[in-house]
Amino acid sequence: MSSGLYNTHKIDFDTTLDLTRLKPYGDTMNDGKVQTSFTLPVKDDERGEEAARQIAKKMGLEEPNVAYHAALDKAFTFYVVYGSCVHSVNYEEIHVITVESETMGMEETNDYIREHIGRKVVMVGASTGTDAHTVGIDAIMNRKGFAGHYGLERYEMVEAYNLGSQVPNEDFIKKAVELKADVLLVSQTVTQKDIHIQNLTNLIELLEAEGLRDKFVVCCGGPRITHELAKELGYDAGFGAGKYADDVASFAVTEMVKRGMK
Amino acid sequence: MESKLGLNFELVDKARASAAHVAADVQEFINEHTTVTTERTVCRLLGIDGVNEMDVPMPNVVVDHLMANGLLPVGASWHIGNAMVETGLDPQTIAEKIDKGELDLSKLPAHNDAEVRAAIKPYVDKTIARINKNVGARNAYLKDFGDKEGPYLYVIVATGNIYEDITQAKAAAKQGADIIAVIRTTGQSLLDYVPYGATTEGFGGTYATQENFRLMRKALDEVGEEQRRYIRLCNYCSGLCMPEIAAMGALERLDVMLNDALYGILFRDINMQRTIVDQYFSRVINGYAGVIINTGEDNYLTTDDAITSAHTVLASQFLNEAFAKEAGMREEQMGLGHAFEMDPAVEDTFLYELAQAQMAREIFPNAPLKYMPPTKYMTGNIFRGHIQDALFNMVTIMTGQRLHLLGMLTEAIHTPFMSDRALSIENAQYIFRTMKDLGSELTYKEGGIIQTRANEVLTKATDLLSEIEKLGLFTTIEKGIFADVKRPKDGGKGLNGVVFKDEKYFNPFIEEMKGVVAQ
Repeated sequence: MSSGLYNTHKIDFDTTLDLTRLKPYGDTMNDGKVQTSFTLPVKDDERGEEAARQIAKKMGLEEPNVAYHAALDKAFTFYVVYGSCVHSVNYEEIHVITVESETMGMEETNDYIREHIGRKVVMVGASTGTDAHTVGIDAIMNRKGFAGHYGLERYEMVEAYNLGSQVPNEDFIKKAVELKADVLLVSQTVTQKDIHIQNLTNLIELLEAEGLRDKFVVCCGGPRITHELAKELGYDAGFGAGKYADDVASFAVTEMVKRGMK
Repeated sequence: MESKLGLNFELVDKARASAAHVAADVQEFINEHTTVTTERTVCRLLGIDGVNEMDVPMPNVVVDHLMANGLLPVGASWHIGNAMVETGLDPQTIAEKIDKGELDLSKLPAHNDAEVRAAIKPYVDKTIARINKNVGARNAYLKDFGDKEGPYLYVIVATGNIYEDITQAKAAAKQGADIIAVIRTTGQSLLDYVPYGATTEGFGGTYATQENFRLMRKALDEVGEEQRRYIRLCNYCSGLCMPEIAAMGALERLDVMLNDALYGILFRDINMQRTIVDQYFSRVINGYAGVIINTGEDNYLTTDDAITSAHTVLASQFLNEAFAKEAGMREEQMGLGHAFEMDPAVEDTFLYELAQAQMAREIFPNAPLKYMPPTKYMTGNIFRGHIQDALFNMVTIMTGQRLHLLGMLTEAIHTPFMSDRALSIENAQYIFRTMKDLGSELTYKEGGIIQTRANEVLTKATDLLSEIEKLGLFTTIEKGIFADVKRPKDGGKGLNGVVFKDEKYFNPFIEEMKGVVAQ
């Protein structure tokens, strides 16, 4: 082979996998290899490179290698750094709460509804509070869906209502009652200073105050939502990035059946 | 295929004729000589294997004995065969007795050639049968799973530890790799023996040993059966043991071998007489075993400039083709090499790369061309590097390259991480999918930059080949015409392993294998 700088240093660490001390993997077990890239507001010279190395060390990277550096301006320099992470985590002790329902396809979900509920399910969605972004709720509800997953509007056995963005929680509940909703879907896309948490909490409090919480399956979704957070806030489920209409629909209809909602 | 480049095919014919003359001229030299590794290969193919107490491979024990007693010119086949007639022992036992000092081949009476040949014939047949079985197994897999159309995704593993290599290779195969090359440890090409057994320590690569070949083959068959794809295995048939590695590959069903006629001379300072004899037998074996060879023209461009020296790549492709034909190899096994190595700072270099790749495609229509990724101008800026690799991927899909060695965004930083390979495979698959038929939709402007460039390179290559034809290959290399590297005819490593053959010499494997592909 013509080129490439080869890793010729001697391996002096234990290369057996230990899940109580889990580390990143480059090409050898426990090598801890990590790449990071960042900009420092200094000029591009040896001193800057050393600064990048020291930053990497403070981030926990041993033997940091500044693979690349380039001036972005007189006093800004971009660095690409590789190193071995000294930190490890205990994988055995990590427990994550996830949505526990089998995801069904659109037709499967329709059949499931026909068989177990026997009527169309009403799902009402909105981006609530101050959030003006509809990309999340649209991805779940719009007919064409997202990334090859059809949206709820296309489901024959679902009556889907997308109320759009910046819907106040009070109006959202009023509309849900009016439409005889079974499932409420709340989207929170872009938020500042955890305002989405306040807003999500507020909706649950209003539902409980009016004695409506049990009448609906309530789900929230967005890039910063996890299932664990959603449960903590009093929702039935939370859907983060990489979840689609089929995930949401499957959960909602099985939850309805589980709770005996007809 | 219709020419997109308006190439002057009279020049192509002229260049090919010059290369054929050069190779035929050198072939006379090859036919008159043998080498220590050629004879060790014969030993291996006769079933001599293992190491002695000092870890010296048994084929070396035998050939060192022949050399020390002035017996090498007659060759290992004759001497082993003669010892078999005399002692009634098999080749492995004869080797062991030589090692223990219990047998001195120079002291044995000479039996007649017919008896000698008859004695080794069953061992020759046994090896040929094993190679036939291997080729049969490959063909059966390909029939069952089908072979991939379009470029093969070719990646390397290089951890130094064959078991870690297997972990990496299996992951790569699942991610979509079609060919796995196990890069060799630094300096193996200069060892005048092949190490033995499974190995776990190497620098920048893993020792090529027959056991390592076997372990990786088994792992790739397992993952291939799971994926319902045949995963090809590649290693390096270069250095001082070219034919021995070829033999090991044939015995363990490797599919692809780096195997350049001139690489060892230019880039490893191996004596030119030695390499030229060694490459011949290695290619006869690779040809028989259905192995696709890869030639190393990409290396010219890492030492020389890809813009000004592009014609030396083409000239070398013609020579590699001519030498492969002298060894009886089919065009379908000639993975002639080239590379995407032009300076990204220069305008229109993407057009020149397209011209070069398309030109190779049109001049060698049956060859599964091997295309190497950018390395020289990879900087450590992994983000730009990933884009350079994307442009390289575009040239491949637009010009029908076949063995596509994936570029790594971390080239020039480290040997690939598992994740580097995955990102590369994703990059290539994306481009190959979305631009699948782009090449057949395009024609190049008559007299435009691309056509002009290709014809210029062809003209210069043709001129260079007629100069080489006048000078002869050895003098050409002495003058430093390739890759700007000068090598004297009697310099470099391994010359003392070259001997002039006796008229009694014979090599039954060349007789059986040359010009034939096992089925």
